Amino acid sequence: MSDVPSIFESGRPGRANAYFSNGHSLEEFLPKTVIRDELPLPENSELDVVRHFTRLAQRTFSIDSGFYPLGSCTMKYNPRINEAMAALPGFRDLHPFAPTDLCQGALAATYELQRLLSSIFGMAEFSLNPAAGAHAELAALLIAKAYFRDRGENRARTTVIVPDTAHGTNPASAAMVGYKVVSLKSDERGRVGVDVLKAALGPDTAVCMMTNPNTLGLFEDHILEIAAAVHAAGGLMYYDGANANALMGNTRPGDMGFDLMHLNLHKTFSIPHGGGGAGAGPIGVAEPFVKYLPTPIATRDERGTYRLDFDRPKSIGQMRSFWSNFAHVVRALTYIYANGAEGLKRISELAVLNANYLRVHVKEFLETPYDEPCRHEFVASAQKLKRETGVRALDIAKALLDRGYHAPTIYFPLLVPESLMIEPTETESKETLDGFIVALREIVETAKTDPEAITSAPVRTVVGRVDETRAARQPDLRWRPASG
Amino acid sequence: MAQPEGLLYSKEHEWLKLDGDVATVGITDYAQNSLGDIVFVELPRVGTEIQQHASIGVIESVKSVSDLFTPIGGAVIEVNPALEADPAVVNRSAFGEGWLYRVRVKDAAQKNALLSPAEYDALIAEAG
Amino acid sequence: MYAPHTRADIEAMLGAIGVSSLEELLRVPDAIAFARSLDVPAALPETDLSLAISEYAARNRAATDYVSFLGAGAYRHYCPPVVMALAMRGEFLTAYTPYQPEVSQGYLQAIYEWQTYICLLTGLDVANASVYDGATALAEAAIMAVNATGRRAILVSSAVHPNYREVLRTYARGLDLDVDELPIATDGTTDLGTLEARLADKRYAAVALQSPNFFGCIDVPPAKARVAFESTGTVPIAVIAEALSLAALKPPAEWGAQIAVGEAQSFGNPLNFGGPYVGFIACTSEHVRRIPGRLVGRTLDNAGNVAYVLTLQAREQHIRREKATSNICTNQAHCALVATIYLAALGETGLRRAAALNLERANRMAERVSAIAGFSRVFAAPVFNEVVIRVPAGTSTERVLAALRDRRILGGLEIGCWYPELGDCLLMTATETTTDAEIDALVAALGEIAGGLDLVRIPERRGGR
Repeated sequence: MSDVPSIFESGRPGRANAYFSNGHSLEEFLPKTVIRDELPLPENSELDVVRHFTRLAQRTFSIDSGFYPLGSCTMKYNPRINEAMAALPGFRDLHPFAPTDLCQGALAATYELQRLLSSIFGMAEFSLNPAAGAHAELAALLIAKAYFRDRGENRARTTVIVPDTAHGTNPASAAMVGYKVVSLKSDERGRVGVDVLKAALGPDTAVCMMTNPNTLGLFEDHILEIAAAVHAAGGLMYYDGANANALMGNTRPGDMGFDLMHLNLHKTFSIPHGGGGAGAGPIGVAEPFVKYLPTPIATRDERGTYRLDFDRPKSIGQMRSFWSNFAHVVRALTYIYANGAEGLKRISELAVLNANYLRVHVKEFLETPYDEPCRHEFVASAQKLKRETGVRALDIAKALLDRGYHAPTIYFPLLVPESLMIEPTETESKETLDGFIVALREIVETAKTDPEAITSAPVRTVVGRVDETRAARQPDLRWRPASG
Repeated sequence: MAQPEGLLYSKEHEWLKLDGDVATVGITDYAQNSLGDIVFVELPRVGTEIQQHASIGVIESVKSVSDLFTPIGGAVIEVNPALEADPAVVNRSAFGEGWLYRVRVKDAAQKNALLSPAEYDALIAEAG
Repeated sequence: MYAPHTRADIEAMLGAIGVSSLEELLRVPDAIAFARSLDVPAALPETDLSLAISEYAARNRAATDYVSFLGAGAYRHYCPPVVMALAMRGEFLTAYTPYQPEVSQGYLQAIYEWQTYICLLTGLDVANASVYDGATALAEAAIMAVNATGRRAILVSSAVHPNYREVLRTYARGLDLDVDELPIATDGTTDLGTLEARLADKRYAAVALQSPNFFGCIDVPPAKARVAFESTGTVPIAVIAEALSLAALKPPAEWGAQIAVGEAQSFGNPLNFGGPYVGFIACTSEHVRRIPGRLVGRTLDNAGNVAYVLTLQAREQHIRREKATSNICTNQAHCALVATIYLAALGETGLRRAAALNLERANRMAERVSAIAGFSRVFAAPVFNEVVIRVPAGTSTERVLAALRDRRILGGLEIGCWYPELGDCLLMTATETTTDAEIDALVAALGEIAGGLDLVRIPERRGGR
């Protein structure tokens, strides 16, 4: 299991493929004082570049290679037709400043996706501007701030309420807009308790950020009461769309009383994760907030002509260099057309089916603190196993890597000790789920008889457990030539 | 485990040793153990005036981060120079070489708000 | 449809769960039950799907049927096919964030190499794993400077890309920060005459300057500006919208930038109608703990092997939550990967040649266009690959662009909406992909336009060449 030398270590001057013709000196057009002296980039032959990155690809787990039961991430299959469509030259080679009449296709696709998402999730309008879910959260909180400013309530409304099960981006986004964060303790059913919420509400409440189903995979059945209470206090309801895969065609955030929401196209709508991005985070709002949406929005006039509307005086402004992660707009639109109304509903149904199937089997050998039907994900706990054997959620995760699975999400939400959050998604077959159950059961059994075998995992991967303390104490964040 | 004598403690798991009007402050062994491997400590600059119980810095471990609340108020007169290169000293010797900072105390009566070794012992025993 | 369940599978699974129907698992309160059908067209089989989406693509003739001289923050460059052949491998495309390092060594190493490339190109010590794009990178850098200095105002050049300034203002409004601007000098660079005076009261956390700037001009502050930054403790931020320029121009660290931000779309990422792109942030080591987003570090595993891992995560949102340096979660990993493979394939020589070609194409285009009666180059400062051209007095930018459109040419970008004094000007861009034939066609077309005007007496314009 040798490592792959850095691309900077191989390479010799003169080895690189000559992609471009030579013969122009920079001095012809630039004064010497601005011209760079050294450009110490390695020169590798095209074959060496191919081998280097092929080896790196082979050392990277992916949906294409195996199952990711990662709660909150919705690691579903990324259809290749989406890639083929996104690569069409009419999309791929289109400049963002193309004249409006010569990019009607792109504008129509943008408009269409805005409209479809609005309809599927019960909102008045969507902007495809934000580059990621967290980016959309920021936009939503800026909208809240602008809305309250217009009502003269900005000074008073300083607090964002967030359940203790919330994704970390929620409070971080709130802080980026200068809001204080109040965390709500979940009740014994794992939900936001209406009384606890009401006690936290006040004239200082700006926004309540929630997701439904929540990060424990449980449906917040009191959501209408919660929304009513927040609205009665003059606050706004924000829906974190990370779990949207659980409710398409079944219920809609707009109908639950949410005023603002985001989606993660790289979760629900099959955009590939690409190793950590780029994502896309459309933001949807109810009617009173449409005017605040970030610019631009795609609009259509009576003659059916599309354009990007920048002339929105109440908009919070532009959030990014250009208009959207458009290649992802194409992928998402392709995905929606591929599935259709019935297909989207089916996705959520089967996602919930798969999660419950795993849950009823996993609970036979691991604690599931909330023993009731879940939605698209559920949480198991290794707390008891840890007490009995010393084997923790982290060790179980590493042992799964040895058996060809990616780990579930661990230690989130913080509410459940030694948590493993499992979300299979609808694209996994019963056979894959059965295999996962067998592997997980075997790990738990082994933990009881030979805990060392689990705490020393992984042993079959290209590297073993990584010294993260050393990485943080002695940061080595870039390659440097070895000193002579 | 009995806590070192001669020190006072805070509910936020800090210890304080008073020498005249100079207080040396650190985190307890219980705290360093809970945090795990410490990778960075952020403290106020020398000369800064700090208020008792205020959040004055941050202590980072690999997987978590904690606010540092000062058990006493005054002017920061010294910060442990060893912390920058070797934050692990806090893990190795929380009560000794892993001290964090020294303060010239403004109001000595502030120490009355702190816990005795036995009281702190009881606090962490309850935490389990 | 991508779910593999057969009738038999579903029945078996429902049986195991102990419910008789899927509906039982999806109960919601009646008031929010969505009882009707989604307002989405019926599913299309893949054959029809492909046709339907292709129809959208076919209506974007700007991409396929026109010669383009558009730039302004998004650049058409040549990307060797080897780049996408590698980047579009399923492992790279469908991997998750590398939170389990043992099975993600490939991606982690690739991003470590990206970080290294950005450091080498900018001359700074540390770079992060990427951010959404150049504009948001600038906003994040401003926040870094605010956190470093405790000051609540930012000074930015008016020659920084208008969209970047707009995004900076959006973020600034969220945190009640002030954004002020530096004016433009007659030669097209930033007018730094008032810089020392404005920095003197130490109100500004940072000064942001872009080079090449929005007008294509090399816009680097002189040594005495550096003295002003240092003596007042103001953080200099360098902005780079055309990353390829870093192959030709001195790295921003050399003029004293402490943070460098910009857009790496030029490195192999397609135009894609504006996204996804990829922003970079690099900084001196004193700012490393404030840098937002992900960082990949190199360390060892438990057997002493070299291993890569996401590090300094305590800064990030999933741990710090409301005290995070930023709320950013995703980086643009795949776009950064594309850029890294592009840089690896081109190497020093390829990158220098590409840059030299950009310089040559754009400058030759500028020479030939400004030689046409009535057309003039507005700014005297040297340019990299874009230039501001004034159209003849007897016509307008709108009419010039329309005439070029008739000849299947997209002649450039009108900039009057952002710079009213340049309402009769176009920003024209040429890259290594711009051929002699394309420039010939442009020049011929402009010549015809000029020939059709009454150009007997054209007054000399200030700043023209």
